[in-house]
Amino acid sequence: MDILNNLFVSLYVWVADLLHGLLGGLGLAKDAEAALVSAIMVLLVITVILLWMVLMVLILIWLERKNAARLQDRVGPNRVGPWGLLQPVADTIKMFIKEDIVPANADKFVHTLAPMVAMMPAVLAFAVIPWGKGMQPVDINIGVLWIVAVASIGTIGVFIGGYGSNNKYSLLGGMRAVAQMVSYEIPQVLTMVPIVLMVGSMSLVKINEAQSGWFGLQWFIFAVPVGPIAFVVYYLSALAEVGRTPFDLPEGESEIVAGYMTEYSGMKWGLFYLAEYFNFFIVCTIAATLFLGGWNGPILPPYVWFILKVYGLILLGMWIRMTWPRFRVDQLMNLAWKVLVPIALVNIVLAGLGLPIFKTIGF
Amino acid sequence: MPEDYLPILAMVVVVIGFAAAALVVSAITGPRKPNPAKLSPYESGMPPFGSARRRISIRYYLTAVLFILFDIEIVFFYPWAVLFRQLGLFGLIEMAIFVAILLVGYVYVWRKGGFDWD
Repeated sequence: MDILNNLFVSLYVWVADLLHGLLGGLGLAKDAEAALVSAIMVLLVITVILLWMVLMVLILIWLERKNAARLQDRVGPNRVGPWGLLQPVADTIKMFIKEDIVPANADKFVHTLAPMVAMMPAVLAFAVIPWGKGMQPVDINIGVLWIVAVASIGTIGVFIGGYGSNNKYSLLGGMRAVAQMVSYEIPQVLTMVPIVLMVGSMSLVKINEAQSGWFGLQWFIFAVPVGPIAFVVYYLSALAEVGRTPFDLPEGESEIVAGYMTEYSGMKWGLFYLAEYFNFFIVCTIAATLFLGGWNGPILPPYVWFILKVYGLILLGMWIRMTWPRFRVDQLMNLAWKVLVPIALVNIVLAGLGLPIFKTIGF
Repeated sequence: MPEDYLPILAMVVVVIGFAAAALVVSAITGPRKPNPAKLSPYESGMPPFGSARRRISIRYYLTAVLFILFDIEIVFFYPWAVLFRQLGLFGLIEMAIFVAILLVGYVYVWRKGGFDWD
């Protein structure tokens, strides 16, 4: 059991030792050797994370299409590979061999830059997520703030994509995307405050450890009433932030073709698509970390718990996407500013008042 | 500790490399046969008219300003939340005053129709 629980940590240590052994033969100074090993390990971890994320996104795309098909009484992709499992791979190859069209009069530099800027922040946010016990790629003491700060860069990518395309639909989509992301960022960030308050730290590792009591079931979602409210507000505003279906106005295909992605094709479009799924995945991991106890849970190894929770949230998001029709712009703005923001603010006050009470009960 | 952020810096470089590589590879593998019709902006099949860089509703600017305002408020919430236990009752009352002032502004914007989208 212990081996299973610490599988990846032991693997890391084993590889590092192996490197030490290999480099020992070179006769380097102690400090230089240690620095070299840690540098190689950092690059290795980054590569593994990138590959892991791409794999996750491929699975996510397949799952989304299969799930959508199931909810709409269809079969979904079933031609490429068993149960259509290789469909996302085929799609990726297709994107690579498509022509990259830059419309006339478009700002070529901005047009090319936009997908990169849109994709980058999600990957950076992955760096601080604790995937299991001791499995955080980078442990910085301001994890929550880092994620919030990095995630808002994505808005710029989407906007310059819409603005640089020289297309009216793109511009409208870009403007809508900015207004929406910016509005929903407020409640999203405000709902994280109670969690930070209860833990007294912004480190995601500390937040995880704070939820480890009661056989690993002391999750913040059970911290009634603050936890559940914060979770619901967070999840709704996160869905809106990443522009998934009840909130997909920036790319509402029945109104503005594809929004900011209208003039994108080939791999540039692919990067936007990738960014969308990265973002969806990242908000689910954050929700799992902050509210569902991260890797805490009885019996199963920590990383299994974490992935289970993340996929649970992802399936919930897919269900919501398939069930509800799109919001209208004014409804969208009302929900953010007149409903979610006040709830989030009251929630902070509740957490501030409730913490002394919780402490006396021993939560 | 600044050296804690070195892996993140490495990550930034790798991610930019990943995105750039994806674009470069697709530029090599994809065809490139432009023609005027293909390059014209998509407007549901009609020939495009007018410039796409047009003026934008004032609502968007208002939303942006409101966002900046609230974002700055949020910046104050985080250090307070981290230090909540040390600050004790003093912190709670201070924050209550802060939220009260925030609420006055919030109610003002609401009454003035700043959140209405028409």
